[in-house]
Amino acid sequence: MARTVTRLTRFNMTSLALGLAFLYLPIVILVIYSFNASRLVTVWGGWSLRWYREFFNDRAMLDAAWMSLSVAAASATLATLLGTLAAVGLARGERFRGRALFSGMLYSPLVMPEVISGLSLLLLFVALNAERGFWTVTIAHTTLTMCFVTVVVQSRLSTLDRSLEEAAMDLGCDPVRAFLLVTLPLIVPAIVAGWMLAFTLSLDDVVIASFTTGPGSATLPIRIYSEVRLGVKPEINAICTLVIALIAVIIVIASFASKLSSARGESGAAL
Amino acid sequence: MSARRIFARPARFAAIAPYLWMVLFFLVPFGFVLKISLSQTAIAQPPYTPVFDFTEGRAALAAAFAQLSFDNFRLLISDNLYILSYLRSLVVAVTATLILLLIGYPIAYGMARLPQRWQGVAMMLVIVPFWTSFLIRIYAWINILQHDGLLNQVLLALHIVSAPVVWLSTDSAMYLGIVYSYLPFMILPLYATLSRMDASLLEAAGDLGASPLQAFWLVTFPLSLPGVGAGALLCFIPIVGEFVIPDLLAGSNSLMIGQTLWLEFFTNKDWPVASAAAVALLLLLVPPLVLYDRLQRRQLEANS
Repeated sequence: MARTVTRLTRFNMTSLALGLAFLYLPIVILVIYSFNASRLVTVWGGWSLRWYREFFNDRAMLDAAWMSLSVAAASATLATLLGTLAAVGLARGERFRGRALFSGMLYSPLVMPEVISGLSLLLLFVALNAERGFWTVTIAHTTLTMCFVTVVVQSRLSTLDRSLEEAAMDLGCDPVRAFLLVTLPLIVPAIVAGWMLAFTLSLDDVVIASFTTGPGSATLPIRIYSEVRLGVKPEINAICTLVIALIAVIIVIASFASKLSSARGESGAAL
Repeated sequence: MSARRIFARPARFAAIAPYLWMVLFFLVPFGFVLKISLSQTAIAQPPYTPVFDFTEGRAALAAAFAQLSFDNFRLLISDNLYILSYLRSLVVAVTATLILLLIGYPIAYGMARLPQRWQGVAMMLVIVPFWTSFLIRIYAWINILQHDGLLNQVLLALHIVSAPVVWLSTDSAMYLGIVYSYLPFMILPLYATLSRMDASLLEAAGDLGASPLQAFWLVTFPLSLPGVGAGALLCFIPIVGEFVIPDLLAGSNSLMIGQTLWLEFFTNKDWPVASAAAVALLLLLVPPLVLYDRLQRRQLEANS
């Protein structure tokens, strides 16, 4: 009986297939065109790595790419540290004063329009008279991405069996040691996934970086954005394909980490 | 039980550093936006000098307060450009959210009905584009939609159109871009509620004589409303302030509020008016943000 009700209908299959095609087709087309030898987007001139060579000879683009990668690495590391601490506070801190404000501050940046976050941080940096460049962008990205890390780690912590920590403490561990020896190893995969997410989000951002960076230190998305406004350029196809490849590697690592996370969670629960 | 309470103390200490960080880099900056939005254009023009100088003591502070003005907000209300872009943002966000719901629901529903072992794969496939750069995905569409792009080539080859159609710089291109970018945000919360649904409820509806369509409308859809709400908010709020998509894909004759803010800030270099626009945008978003915060907290705390 249940079979007939929850059976996958043709309508279900079609909508799923069309939806996935819609999500992936433009990216696939972009990747294919990045190997096009012709300068004209319309004409297929055969396979070529010409646009990749062009990118690796473009000093300004390479500088921007290096800036983006270092901002992404620095901000993801800071965000992971702060986001994990915030998640521990929210998931294990029980009730404390200012908790509602804390969680509000952590959840609202997830949906806050980037123009507002960018403008407000810039005004702060100007008021503090901070020199705008690498560090201001890093701080801005840390603020945004630590919220994503918090959500990822907090949801992992809330599904974790708390009797494990309690058992460790019954056996004589103080809370800090119980956390370091029992909890932390169990949430490491979620922390890794959080770092990866923060890294890709930072690598992606154009609006907040535009507000918070200074002259002469453009990130890769800022440069791509200003090129794209002038029209399609085959070199941009190649750069975008390289970014997609990097993100693909990150996704594989992150999904491996989360798989590890759920496997450990099950064996943890079995203990 | 007591172990839990002992554990809670250091956990609260752990929250101090992120707490301070968010106060300094999230809360305090809003104060600055509010402050600049209330100051005169001449004073706060870049390179900008602070309106409040805390080193000059209380008298200077009082003088600064006396200088606060609502001129920028008066400008926002009096100038059609701002009102129109404000309204346009709302219209675009509502329309796009409805389209997203119409497209996202069948996809999420299909995912929830897949065999268990395929559901994880399908979810992964929906999440991956979210990780892929947003800007790149919009750029991918420019490739396809431009004058001699793939779409026009295909349409011409199939003799559906006789001359290339202008796709870029139109509202249809913008909606396409928004729907494309935000689709995962709509699908995932919908899928989360749909996949948790008890299949026996549908069986019961069927046993009581409901047709599959009736069962869907009377049982499945009402039960999925929390997911509908979460998905709609997750899309609506950022779309209202969207900048990159309308800037790259829509025409330049009518702007969304995010574009107006950007223009005032980067092109006209009028920081006070840009700040006033940000405050206005934020006020618009307070009700959906509060609603979203409540939903999010309920969900995270329901898990624990």
